[in-house]
Amino acid sequence: MSKIGAFLLYTLMIIVALICLGPFLWLLSTSLKTGENLYAFPPQFIPNPITFENYVKVFDIMPLWNYMWNTVVMTASGVGLNIIFCLITAYPLARLSFPGRNFIFFAIISTMILPNAAGMIVNFITINKLGLYNSMMGVVIPSAISVFNVFLLRQAFITIPREMEDSARVDGAGEFRIFCSIMVPMIKPTISTVLIFDFMAFWNSFLWPIIVLDDPKKYPLAPALSYLQGSLSFNFAYIAVGTIISIIPIIVIFLILQKQFINGMVGAVKG
Amino acid sequence: MNKTPFFARFGKSEASVAWLFMAPGLLLLALFVFWPIIYSIPLALTNYSVIGKTDFVGFDNFVKALQDKSFITSLINSLLYVIVVPFIQFFSILMAILVNSNVRGIKLFRTAYYIPVVTSMVAVALIWGWLLNQNGVVNYILSNVGLMQERITWLSNKNTALWTLMFITMWKGLGYYMMIYLAGLQSIPKDLVEAAMIDGANRAQTIRKITIPLLKPYVFFCSLISLMAAIRVFDEVFILTMGGPGDATLTSSLYIYQQGFQQFNFGYSSALGLIVSVIIAALSIVIFRFNRKGGVNPY
Repeated sequence: MSKIGAFLLYTLMIIVALICLGPFLWLLSTSLKTGENLYAFPPQFIPNPITFENYVKVFDIMPLWNYMWNTVVMTASGVGLNIIFCLITAYPLARLSFPGRNFIFFAIISTMILPNAAGMIVNFITINKLGLYNSMMGVVIPSAISVFNVFLLRQAFITIPREMEDSARVDGAGEFRIFCSIMVPMIKPTISTVLIFDFMAFWNSFLWPIIVLDDPKKYPLAPALSYLQGSLSFNFAYIAVGTIISIIPIIVIFLILQKQFINGMVGAVKG
Repeated sequence: MNKTPFFARFGKSEASVAWLFMAPGLLLLALFVFWPIIYSIPLALTNYSVIGKTDFVGFDNFVKALQDKSFITSLINSLLYVIVVPFIQFFSILMAILVNSNVRGIKLFRTAYYIPVVTSMVAVALIWGWLLNQNGVVNYILSNVGLMQERITWLSNKNTALWTLMFITMWKGLGYYMMIYLAGLQSIPKDLVEAAMIDGANRAQTIRKITIPLLKPYVFFCSLISLMAAIRVFDEVFILTMGGPGDATLTSSLYIYQQGFQQFNFGYSSALGLIVSVIIAALSIVIFRFNRKGGVNPY
């Protein structure tokens, strides 16, 4: 590539990067400002003076630890249940033969193309009837299985060569042993994709927790931030701190696992 | 596969093992995936709500919906929102072309473009809410470069609110579609482009005659998912405008939510949901047909 070409390419890429990251830098700068500078016009891009006070005070002003704990509980239980239920449902659909297998598989995947805008109402009624209203279980359980993940995992299980299984069977391994110690380890890449996307979905979930949880104290971070922003006219530096705290884990995980993230996403599209 | 003697020995057929494995998952699917699809239809034919007794009301909810001005407005707004779909494809393809090289630091740029995708819509909406307020950075920058005379309250002006929300939706989503298109670009054989170059085609020509046609399945896929997401847009509206000012940003998902979870008219809300589902299905079919016919075929 010519020098001019390279220069142009980098200039364009930097401009796009600024558009993508600029708002986050602004968030960071806001969180480091003192009271009066928050509302200054023209806006201060680099805070002067820089203060970390907001990061300390915010924990006295809002129950941030509480929200973080709720988010962790919701995400951990949601991801855990989802991966287990999807794995044990996908496995027989791929590797065991039984009457009605194709029917069940197609019944499950056909729901992927059915738009169901009214589904949330019915699920809410169901959760109420199960007595799970205003509980974390009620938030998590409808997402404890997802059709798309069952589909992805089934496709992965299918690709495992038959010989692996047969030799284990000759050695006398039971069906459950084969599943746990041969099948699941063989599809680790797909499992990590599913884990990442589950993590993202649960950590960022917004609407369903608001519907199911009556008590704002039980909110995870995302709904809590929206609630605080709407109901209390806080000094918005505190909300900025809360927002930063809510996005750090997901960005860190993304940066560590970005290869799986992207390969998994592309694989999912091709699947 | 035949039943192996192994199973016979333990008195367990492969089928019973299979059902044992699937039972918990199938139960959950039945409860939270199949049941909502089945039950939303009879529910839409009742006046079920938290208070009062429930009666079968036939198609009353659907008749009411067609006369409900707010619902019609919300449908129009949701359909307007679909305007983001071609813009998303256009910009994300451009971004994918931009990062489809092997220059130094390219991975860093790709990562940067993807960051908005992994953050929650709440965080994104809060940030843009600040950037876009009257004394915000956007107004400051725009008036400084001379694009604007007076400061606009982007999200509380009925002429700009919906478009501003669309912008935020796009900003958050572009990186996602970029990655998909990037995968598409990288699946195009290099020698195809090289051959065209040798035959005297310039860069613009190769993009138009080779890249875009080969990207078509990806365009189809991305259009479909961004269309569904656009019609169902909820989080950003809920956090930033709550449908306001007036009904300017009232989208159908928000209206269904309000009817269901604020007014507790479950029957009516369910009927609205069914109408929207039918519209989504119809639009998806349009995209499917467009795809089969060749759509925007540059040949």
